[in-house]
Amino acid sequence: MTITKNQKPKTKNQPLDELDRAILNEIQSHFPIGSRPYAEVGERVGASEEEVLARVMAMAEAGIIRRLGANFTSRKLGYTSTLCAARVTPESLDHFVAVVNRYPGVTHNYLRRHRYNVWFTLIAESEERLNQILEEISGASEVLEILSLPAQEVFKIKVDFQL
Amino acid sequence: MLSDLDRKVILALQRDLEICPRPFLEVAEHLGIGEEPLLAAIRSLMARGYIRRFGATLRHQQSGYEANALVAWAVPEADLKRIGQHLAGQRAVTHCYARRPAPSWPYNLYTMIHGRTPEECVKIAAQMAAETGVRDYEMLFSETELKKTTMRYFREGES
Repeated sequence: MTITKNQKPKTKNQPLDELDRAILNEIQSHFPIGSRPYAEVGERVGASEEEVLARVMAMAEAGIIRRLGANFTSRKLGYTSTLCAARVTPESLDHFVAVVNRYPGVTHNYLRRHRYNVWFTLIAESEERLNQILEEISGASEVLEILSLPAQEVFKIKVDFQL
Repeated sequence: MLSDLDRKVILALQRDLEICPRPFLEVAEHLGIGEEPLLAAIRSLMARGYIRRFGATLRHQQSGYEANALVAWAVPEADLKRIGQHLAGQRAVTHCYARRPAPSWPYNLYTMIHGRTPEECVKIAAQMAAETGVRDYEMLFSETELKKTTMRYFREGES
């Protein structure tokens, strides 16, 4: 397996202008839940529905907008989650990452410059399943150690960027 | 409690919204319900906290905040709430969680900080350490994104 770097936008990386920024600031957390959402955004930022749609399409195409939709509270849906930190040798890294990334409940995974070098988030439908997955991962790889660091309190979860 | 309609809506909303003039109409047609009932169901799921945010997620690297670091802090248990709330209030911090530490890893507070450069992240963390008096912390810079995806809930045979 080859590790790929963060994807670059497919189109030219043009700088965002004032209207792009205004649109992004609106649609990160205040996307209108209405029949014509882009017309509503247009009213807020002073542009037509067509203009807003064209800008959003271009920014999605360029990879500036990664996704557009709902973010759920996994705990309220009955799911449990944790942050895992693993110590993996360079030789067994590719295999370990392949094993971990197979699980749909692994939603984020980063190689980090640290002795605990692989950090991933894991969501599962129960505590039992979560522990089972961690045991499966340990059994199927040559990981030296995996820490499970479940959240006890959320002080902030917000991914808005004021642009 | 989730109704059958709630569950159908949650399943349908796990796909990205189409970028088109009437994206919710498309979802409603897919579900075989009217647009208004769908909009009402989404607003209700938001009001009840099942949907925590609805909107665009940006690729950080494209938004000018090129650098980020996960900073793990070892905070005395008695100060955890106060310091957690304090750090959560800072603009550079996008995520702030108290987490259960491990025997070989005493860090119990985690902040994701974003800056324009790694040096800026280091400076922000040092500033936070000075403000809070928490001197024991580890900075975890990401080298490579190995996976970034969205959880799919209520799917059979997957976890």
